[in-house]
Amino acid sequence: MNIPTNKEGLGMTKLAIINGTLADPAGTETGNGIILIEGDRIVATGDIPVPADAQTVDAGGLVVAPGLIDLGVFATDKPAFHFGGITRAALMPDQSSPLDDAGLIRQATRAGKPDFWVHPIAAATRGLKGAELAEIGMMQAAGAKAVGTGRQWIADSGVMMRVLAYASGLGLTVITHAEDSGLTGKAVATSGETATRLGLPHAPACAEAMAIARDIMLARITGAAIHFRLVTTRAGFDLIRAAKAERLKVTCGISPAYLFLNDQAVTDFRTFARLSPPLRAEEDRQACLAAVADGTVDVITSSHDPRGPEDKRLPFADASPGMAGAETLLALSLNLVREGHVSLCRLMTLLSANPAKILGVDAGSFASGSAADLIFIDPDMPWIVDSAKMAAQAGNTPFDRVPVQGRARRIMKGGVFL
Amino acid sequence: MPDFAVPSAESDLKRADLKGLGLTGRALFPHRHLLSIADLKPWEIRFLLDEAEHWAKSNRGGARKHDDRLAGMTQINAFFENSTRTLLSFEIAGKRLGADVVNMAAATSSVKKGETLIDTAMTLNAMAADVIVIRHASSGAVALIADKVDCPVLNAGDGWHQHPTQALLDALTIRRRKGSFEGLIVAICGDVLHSRVARSNMLCLAALGAQVRAVAPPTLMPPEVEMLGATPYYRMDEGLDGADVVMMLRLQNERMDGAFIPSPREYHMLYGLTPERLAIAKPDALVMHPGPMNRGVEISSVVADHPERSAITEQVEMGVAIRMACLDVLTRGAREVEGWS
Repeated sequence: MNIPTNKEGLGMTKLAIINGTLADPAGTETGNGIILIEGDRIVATGDIPVPADAQTVDAGGLVVAPGLIDLGVFATDKPAFHFGGITRAALMPDQSSPLDDAGLIRQATRAGKPDFWVHPIAAATRGLKGAELAEIGMMQAAGAKAVGTGRQWIADSGVMMRVLAYASGLGLTVITHAEDSGLTGKAVATSGETATRLGLPHAPACAEAMAIARDIMLARITGAAIHFRLVTTRAGFDLIRAAKAERLKVTCGISPAYLFLNDQAVTDFRTFARLSPPLRAEEDRQACLAAVADGTVDVITSSHDPRGPEDKRLPFADASPGMAGAETLLALSLNLVREGHVSLCRLMTLLSANPAKILGVDAGSFASGSAADLIFIDPDMPWIVDSAKMAAQAGNTPFDRVPVQGRARRIMKGGVFL
Repeated sequence: MPDFAVPSAESDLKRADLKGLGLTGRALFPHRHLLSIADLKPWEIRFLLDEAEHWAKSNRGGARKHDDRLAGMTQINAFFENSTRTLLSFEIAGKRLGADVVNMAAATSSVKKGETLIDTAMTLNAMAADVIVIRHASSGAVALIADKVDCPVLNAGDGWHQHPTQALLDALTIRRRKGSFEGLIVAICGDVLHSRVARSNMLCLAALGAQVRAVAPPTLMPPEVEMLGATPYYRMDEGLDGADVVMMLRLQNERMDGAFIPSPREYHMLYGLTPERLAIAKPDALVMHPGPMNRGVEISSVVADHPERSAITEQVEMGVAIRMACLDVLTRGAREVEGWS
């Protein structure tokens, strides 16, 4: 593909992207067409004539899709995001200073610009302690796009009810972690064969469904929009299906680890596979794939959490949970298309359009007025994940040495090629 | 490794049989470290037991017990978790073999960060230890260190995971008293959930052909315990019925406070090994305990001190023999023993 410099001329540049295979999240199947861009916005898409005054960009047959919007990452790790075709990310409030203050939110929104946008998630409670409401309204004014409970569940049901009610008044979605903390305690693994054999503190998988059940009830009485960031069990998805049938404002996400690994991945105390929530039994992994296929899952996130040796080269239970997932998000998700679970367009809904909707940002779409954040994907390009050579701040991936397919070859952020 | 038929768990192989399989030298025990019973084949466990028999005899052989085959070698006992008897046992075992034994007792509080743990491993390695014995409060910690050092590592207990020498010494004690493992019913009773002793013993005894029962209140039973080779029993009387060996586990003080069981006295009522309860087991049932005991909680004194039935002090004795065998076998490569380099 040819890439114009974008520096020629002043004022609004008109760009027409031709020869691309468009993966429109709003569509049902990929098709040919052009995307017309003015400045940092998309102005038209589809089978339209190329305006005479527009520069053309030949996509060379690559798949053109909206840039990925990663709903729930723990670090602003631009090299990893760019490698993975991610153009925006919602930053979790669990930072060294929890994002519970407008100043911190404002700072976070600036961290990636101009070529990467961070949408911070405001801490629901002061210091993420699960007790007092944080200044959610002031943080919204400073740029927060959602409210989050962080890595933890809010154990106090009264506090959670008020968080949901208050956030709904501001039109913000509450992004929550779904694990009943009374059940999980100090658990680092899901109860089952592997945890028993390795002698690891464990909790039953139903800790997730218990948390979801309570929070759905609270969402029902408050009318709030709630997003369960990572749902990983059959019982959890069953509750979410029922809530959706009831037309509650309930959405949920998952990360590729839960779709392609089960709890056996922690055998030999592999701390790179120590995640939160912990990896589940094979039966639940199958339920996760089914929930993606039947539309129960709304979002796929990398849950990117780069952790160096000081957090991971430890005995399993002492290691920090989390994986560096930004680089592998697209390639692993494309497995879902290859294996026939979803169409490519639907995958882009999960990776881009739905996160944009939940955050309330004009992106993740080919519609007129949407941000010109685009990625040009070679869906078949083979490569091998190598934890030693990652763009991320750390290489803590449980997919080390795994051959994958699919790379974002080029990224356009706000009408500008990176 | 030579091509050979895998012996069945039932056949109580003698050493001669092992030689009959074509196993000699290193092939008898082809492991660099001793980290988990799960890594061992039944005949490898038997080999260690046979080796230990020799040391059990010589340890009883009067005032002079020294054998200096490890002379000039440095054995470091790195205990990141408190221990009295295991540390002592490893120290005596090393000294009887003539090794220079050094103890490093690092309370978990001061060595908490992982880099420090790895750094400690590197430090021990740099001091050119020839064998390192490690105990740590976290499951998997010993394997983590073993990965970073050049010498054999012996796991002296890691978290809830494994305590292989304890299982071996228990197996040796049982074999000496009962002759063989075939068909033997062994009831492992108490806090199975948090017990590395139980995990190692279940795997070890099941591999040797015993019928293993895990007896615990539901709050102290690990899920899917069958996978470790044991059948779960939730009532003490049912678990003890017809047992040849009753192995009691220590109930940690921190579990007694109402979190897992309501109180020590209720635990004693339901799961304590009393003379009346012991009567449910076979008349010649052996009583074992890895120590230290909570008398009046998991075991009553009358049972613990029973002159014929209790094998508790014999366990301690066999502990030294087993540890001598393990130290000897694991250092044969470095000592260039014929067939082991």
